[in-house]
Amino acid sequence: MSDTADKAGGGKGPSHRGVEIGVAAFLALLGLITIIGSLQVGIGWGLEGPKAGFFPFYLGVLIVIASAINFVPIMMARSDVLFAEWSQLKQVMAVVVPTAIYVAFIPYIGIYVASVLLIAIFMKWLGRYGWSLAIAVSVGVTVLNYLMFEKWFLVPLPKGPLEDFFGL
Amino acid sequence: MEELVNLFHGFAVVLQPFNIMVMIVGIVLGVIIGVLPGLGGANGVAILLPLTFSMSPTSAIIMLSCIYWGALFGGAITSVLFNIPGEPWSVATTFDGHPMAQQGKAGEALTAAFTSSFVGALFAVILITLVAPLVAKFALQFGPAEKFSVYFLAFCSFVGMSKEPPFKTIVSMMVGFALATVGLDSVTGQLRLTFGFSELLNGFDFLIAVIGLFGIGEILLTMEEGLSFRGGHARINAKVVFQTWKELPRYWVTSLRSCVIGCWMGISPAGATPASFMSYGIAKRMSKRGDNFGKGEIEGVIAPETAAHAAGTSALLPMLALGVPGSPTAAVLLGGLLIWGLQPGPLLFVEQKEFVWGLIASMYLGNLVGLVVVLTCVPLFAAILRIPFSIIAPIILVYCAIGAYSVHNNNFDVVMMLVFGVIGYVMKKCNYPLAPMVLAIVLGDRAEEAFRQSLLGSQGSLGVFFSNGLVGTIMVLGLIMLFWPLIQAGWTRFRMPRTA
Repeated sequence: MSDTADKAGGGKGPSHRGVEIGVAAFLALLGLITIIGSLQVGIGWGLEGPKAGFFPFYLGVLIVIASAINFVPIMMARSDVLFAEWSQLKQVMAVVVPTAIYVAFIPYIGIYVASVLLIAIFMKWLGRYGWSLAIAVSVGVTVLNYLMFEKWFLVPLPKGPLEDFFGL
Repeated sequence: MEELVNLFHGFAVVLQPFNIMVMIVGIVLGVIIGVLPGLGGANGVAILLPLTFSMSPTSAIIMLSCIYWGALFGGAITSVLFNIPGEPWSVATTFDGHPMAQQGKAGEALTAAFTSSFVGALFAVILITLVAPLVAKFALQFGPAEKFSVYFLAFCSFVGMSKEPPFKTIVSMMVGFALATVGLDSVTGQLRLTFGFSELLNGFDFLIAVIGLFGIGEILLTMEEGLSFRGGHARINAKVVFQTWKELPRYWVTSLRSCVIGCWMGISPAGATPASFMSYGIAKRMSKRGDNFGKGEIEGVIAPETAAHAAGTSALLPMLALGVPGSPTAAVLLGGLLIWGLQPGPLLFVEQKEFVWGLIASMYLGNLVGLVVVLTCVPLFAAILRIPFSIIAPIILVYCAIGAYSVHNNNFDVVMMLVFGVIGYVMKKCNYPLAPMVLAIVLGDRAEEAFRQSLLGSQGSLGVFFSNGLVGTIMVLGLIMLFWPLIQAGWTRFRMPRTA
């Protein structure tokens, strides 16, 4: 087969098969957790008909069975097809990691300050823009958001010490 | 006749100045959402849902549905000019739309795309006006068993019609249902599947799942592909528009066929994407100029665009009449109804006349306004796409976070959004369809309630689902859809010896 590395272009990365196995196992685990949780609340008949665990129990069973069936074609698949190149995954992580930090900071510094930081750092770091443009865009967008959500559409968003300081 | 009177009342509601303003804002936002990569109809509507919390339900649904129409229109712009489908349903539009743009006929391609979108939508709205009230009236007699059978049919069609492996569709769907069961059980009042985590008391909100799976997941996919946009210029002037319009009636057969395909696929929850592909494929086979398809044939733009819009619009028919959304975006709209305190389902047509007919009237006007907006503002929207992704991406992330937070004013939801995003990215890369999962999260509670009530009535016998002609027919239809791939394979094998 000549298309072995068509997506990879000769690069390295995790194999598609490996990731597929991981996903199928993860989903089967979710099914198992559903079954256990259902058993805890009862899957039989109670006074008011089917107990709380009745419906989810069978969902869990279906998830486990279907995941098991999904394993069959994965096992027969070639193991040399890449899921993605490491360089591509690095790009993906370049979004996931800053977003995770952003999400973690929102409760403490508020969504507006966190958003300014996220946009500015993202533009500076990944887009290689100058600080002036990065700050202009990030502050501009955030101020617009503040007006749109808090003032025009009356949707309160989490605020932090900075907003308290200005009494907003 | 009663429907016509109701429709006029609907128009009176829509023509209030505030609602017209909301409509135009919705269309413009929608087109922007459709143009931007990483933002689509479903998650765009989900993110902007909080904006409607302070509005009346009628204005709110007008705004959200107009965002949806706008997104449907917007997808065509990027397909034709940049060869990048802004939405999955506009992939088929790139086949002939982009070659036309390369030949310098971008104006014709866009005019054809927008106009056929409008025709498809109009056809679907007329269908909704005529059929939805009848379906709703009929569905008012449904008991729990019939209700469950409708859900059963909807989900079985997903398995049968999906391009993805059937067992992956089933897993994805069942995980959705399982997520929906987490938290307080509405029948017994018992907590389940929370494993002691107080964050899970209220279960998983599907809006968070939509924003994560489609919004964040899509950005991650775009980052991986490392998109860079190089695109043609858009120039539409009145002369090109009128010339193209003069040419379009020639393709009325293709148009009509695409409308029918689109409506059929939209009402059964196959959705706009397969509808556009199917319509393109059939048009290619039936057309005299079929060989030229893919090289810039205007008919190859008309077919998928008409079908996609017809499907996208008619997906609202089962949502309104039965409470079963035909697409993820329709599911988000249905979630909106719940938030505004309306109970989706056939009773809407009896209890919320102003809401329902206001929405239907806004579909007529919204699509007309949409057509005018996109025809006149194409260069503006195309310019948005030239903004580099490293600026767009963090801004979209911020909107996703705002959208996720404001559903319940809860920080934990923002965390879940990111988790759903990463899961969505990996699952999508492994060919697990995400739409059935979202629909299952939305409908899970009500499907389960219908299921348990039916069993309660029959003392646990599954025979209740075949106890009368109606419920039995729907269940059998569901089973046929479920095993459709097998039936099709069997049929071909049966036919083969004779033709050979």
